[in-house]
Amino acid sequence: MRLSVFQKVLWGLVAIAIVGFVWLQVSTKGEQRTGEPAFRADFELTDHQGMVQTDEDFAGRWMLVFFGFANCPDVCPTTLAEVAAVMDALGSDATQVQPLFISIDPERDTPEQLAEFVPAFEANIIGLTGTPDQIKRTSESFRVYFEKIEEAASPDGYTMGHSSQLFLFDPQGGYVGAWTYGTPAEEIVADLKARMSL
Amino acid sequence: MKSTVAAIALAFSVFVGLPTTSSAGSEDIVVEDAWARASIGTNRPGAAYMTVRNTGPDPVTLVGLETPLAMMPDIHETTTDANGVSSMGPVGEITIPAGESVALEPGGMHAMLMRLQIKMVEGETFPLTLNFADGGTLTVDVPILGIAARGPER
Repeated sequence: MRLSVFQKVLWGLVAIAIVGFVWLQVSTKGEQRTGEPAFRADFELTDHQGMVQTDEDFAGRWMLVFFGFANCPDVCPTTLAEVAAVMDALGSDATQVQPLFISIDPERDTPEQLAEFVPAFEANIIGLTGTPDQIKRTSESFRVYFEKIEEAASPDGYTMGHSSQLFLFDPQGGYVGAWTYGTPAEEIVADLKARMSL
Repeated sequence: MKSTVAAIALAFSVFVGLPTTSSAGSEDIVVEDAWARASIGTNRPGAAYMTVRNTGPDPVTLVGLETPLAMMPDIHETTTDANGVSSMGPVGEITIPAGESVALEPGGMHAMLMRLQIKMVEGETFPLTLNFADGGTLTVDVPILGIAARGPER
């Protein structure tokens, strides 16, 4: 049997695909074996009671982290309401979980402003804010995006666009994963309980 | 000729006589499942949610909102991109096709209540008026639920 040039090229591509597939399998397994998280929570901010808090203050607890701003009337209260439902459903396991609301609107969100906002959800949520520089560094370490959008029809003439996922960190501060905005509390609870019992 | 004048006069009298309804469809609008979350004071905007259903045979356009609760009520929409970044902006007019409904719900469109005049207190209600392109209006009483409410009470 003689192969045409075209057939040889095709078989060559098949070989490359097989090698690539095997390499991907091996490299993925390697990641699982080491178990290193993609990144770790890293911040130094001021909480809604005026106390300085760092990631180390929450070591030993799972962290549920959401970025937002107190002037946000839709996505932020909706997510914090889901977080409150999650904490409620966790029952006695809730002591092992710390929800954090990190402001990406440091101009308006002073600790006093956050003190009016986050405790209203009655879910032990800690509100964190800081100087614009601290917030910028926090967003970089958490790999989240935020921007100020000039919008005449908004209060103070601007609104904020921001990453709206709910992030989960393990008790060592390692990134575990994120739920997209709108994930129902029931789904988050089931997922969280499964991870906590591992 | 006389009959034409009479018809115009009749049409005009009907229009003048019924300023809050019209023959262009807004009387076929039904609002269901309206709700809002309680606010903390008045210096941050509130939001209200509802389903606006057009039971009629013609499209109806919602052009604005009014409420004694807020100086600047407007319909805004939250959009979330592929990277999970959410942002919000005014929607403008919303046309509801015949027989269809438009949902104002968390994470989508909402009645953004800017410059609150009164604190939104759990357990109370407030009137919200929807203004339509045909000149018709519809006022609904919106119940205020707790700040951590997740949806309308059924």
